[in-house]
Amino acid sequence: MALTGLDIFKLLPKKNCKECGQATCLAFAMALAASKTSLDKCPYVSEEAKETLGGASAPPIKLVKVGKGDKEREMGDEVVLFRHDKAFYHPTCFAIEISDKLTGAELDAKIEKINGLVFERVGQKVSVDFAAVRNESGNADTFAAAVKEVAAKCNFALVLISTDPDAMAKALEVAGDTNPLIYCATVENYEKMVELAKKYSCPLAVRGNGLEETAALVEKVSASYKELVIDVGTNQLSQALAELTQTRRLSIKKKFRPFGYPVISFTSKDNPLDEVIEASVFVAKYASAVVLKADEKAQILPLMALRMNIYTDPQKPSQVEPKAYAIGNVTKNSPVYVTTNFSLTYYTVEGEVSGSKIPAYIISCPTDGISVLTGWAAGKFTPDKITEFIKACGIEELVDHRNLVIPGAVAVIKGALEEKSGWKVIVGPSEASGIPSFAKTHFA
Amino acid sequence: MPVQTIKERNAGKVGVVTIGATQEQGGTRTSVVKIGGESSLPFLHFEGEMPNKPVIAMEVVDRVPEEWNDEVKNAFTGVLDNPVAWAKKCVEGCGADLIFLRLQSADPELGNKSPEDCVKTVKDVLAAVGVPLAVVGCGVDEVDNKIIPAVAEACAGENLLLGFASQENYNTIVAACMVHKHNLIAQTPLDINICKQLNILITEMGLTADKIVLDTNIGGLGYGIEYAYSILERGRLGTLQGDRMLAMPTLGTVGFEAWKAKEANVSIEEFPGWGEQKERGILWEAMTATALLQSGLDLLVMRHPEAVKLVQKNIADLMEPSSV
Repeated sequence: MALTGLDIFKLLPKKNCKECGQATCLAFAMALAASKTSLDKCPYVSEEAKETLGGASAPPIKLVKVGKGDKEREMGDEVVLFRHDKAFYHPTCFAIEISDKLTGAELDAKIEKINGLVFERVGQKVSVDFAAVRNESGNADTFAAAVKEVAAKCNFALVLISTDPDAMAKALEVAGDTNPLIYCATVENYEKMVELAKKYSCPLAVRGNGLEETAALVEKVSASYKELVIDVGTNQLSQALAELTQTRRLSIKKKFRPFGYPVISFTSKDNPLDEVIEASVFVAKYASAVVLKADEKAQILPLMALRMNIYTDPQKPSQVEPKAYAIGNVTKNSPVYVTTNFSLTYYTVEGEVSGSKIPAYIISCPTDGISVLTGWAAGKFTPDKITEFIKACGIEELVDHRNLVIPGAVAVIKGALEEKSGWKVIVGPSEASGIPSFAKTHFA
Repeated sequence: MPVQTIKERNAGKVGVVTIGATQEQGGTRTSVVKIGGESSLPFLHFEGEMPNKPVIAMEVVDRVPEEWNDEVKNAFTGVLDNPVAWAKKCVEGCGADLIFLRLQSADPELGNKSPEDCVKTVKDVLAAVGVPLAVVGCGVDEVDNKIIPAVAEACAGENLLLGFASQENYNTIVAACMVHKHNLIAQTPLDINICKQLNILITEMGLTADKIVLDTNIGGLGYGIEYAYSILERGRLGTLQGDRMLAMPTLGTVGFEAWKAKEANVSIEEFPGWGEQKERGILWEAMTATALLQSGLDLLVMRHPEAVKLVQKNIADLMEPSSV
């Protein structure tokens, strides 16, 4: 278990010199306990304290980076079992497999396809994270040739899949400087794989067969190398769920070091739809990376959405910038809808307004990212605030009319809002799904 | 090296609700469905019991749901205007564990059907399929307060699952369930405190906890599923710690929520970056289901046969025993 602020305080120098940036040693201790600062900010801390605190305050799951520059992704460094306890921090990375049996135009087409797995939804740009080249040919030179091509043309960092140290050595000769994830060290090959990982300072995946073998192997490897990712090696989904749960529990609750690394999972199904469904379990349950063969946009988009949702910080509602948004080819006569700046609310309305095929403005009132009814109840979506924002957002210059559609759920504010803003208020449907038919009757 | 795994010892467990009744039990069903009974987090077989697998109820509407996505409607071509044939197709063609019948045409704006007509539809579906039935109204409280009691009375003995009871409107439907011995769906708006409060109000009227299924209101994938996910998870954790007023099995209207999403519906021509619509829509529904299975959903209300098939496979995989 992590130490409490008071436990840490006892070991600090108690000079209250403020050099760490905190007002007092106690405040510094509290910040350390909350992982908001690091021990090296204190210049006077004793060696003994460093040892005790370094071990105890180290994150339960190590942060491991794959790739370089804008291809770099971070994995691990999680602190809870349930997202409502705090948050999940580092979204599951998706890797798409490429067989090294592909060559020439076929390989190019595959790389092109993976490069295309970039999506825009609800105002965010998201993409897959890695291209995973598998040494399916069994030939070292073939593997290296494919890896070289992928490294040169793919927009994502690499996972190199081979248990043959010779093939891995050749692949690293051509791509070792891109910080790929080496997959993987096993009981049979780990000495040579660790050597390679050290030589190129790349992260290394360690695969055992089940919890015990994996833990034993990680112990051996971590004695000399610690940039690790682990794979418990299980194919059956319910067993994999059990083992993923245990690695997360043991690392966080017991600080069991062999499992204090990000976990990588592979889908086992042949049908891409089944694969994607299997992957949804790994996203929800602790996998830091998932390797898939599925590569169609329609198959990957749902996983992207799930990852965005599960890894949303539960304490910080996601927000859109408060402003007047033009949807479609708006004119001076286009209707105006008002909603809040809670992303979910805004994009639900936006989806329906654009679906109605009637160009319109949506003005998203600043409610600190809370929904219509919550905003109304909290006094952030009131006639006063809306009126203030109508003036501030410039909508009065964008349209000639003075008609405003409000959400049906807050119909009660109609009178007061008309009085305050001077706009004519139309009560819209209480669910955004009613917007298309509402728009047709009112604005077509 | 020996790994000392962590197995939680849980004090509480989810109650079991039985839906449907066979001839010996006073009904006409050929099968009954039991949900709930878990004494661990979802699918962690190594530390608790999961005596009943999650089940899938397929949605049937008593009017042609014009507004549904074409891909969903195409899957039911020829039966959309016939709830009886539609229900049969769900059971025989897709292996639905239950039929979830929505009496939408009772809505004054969607047909204004009488309680007698509604009862007849329910009876016809009961005669056509042997699986248990969930029956919900059209969403207009005054109307539902007439049709659901009529259905409850006419189908006494069938042990239906009736909905929805909400914080604003629960008396009539709770009474109907008590008198005619049916189960009840208690619906609350993504709020665990209101959920608990409503359960207290309902049980105080005398309906026992083993007749209540919770609909905590889910959000679909991409549109608030994480709220539903965390509420279900907290509900299960509360249950395992012994909170009896949260210890009922849970229901989620997966199809309804998933098919509201823009991502499930828009065509590839309109959004080339999102890929082909049919597969995307099916996965949108299936993944809404499988994500929420991980947080503790017991009864999934679904629409598309292909999505149902994917989720059935996922449930089968997850019900395999595990050991650590």
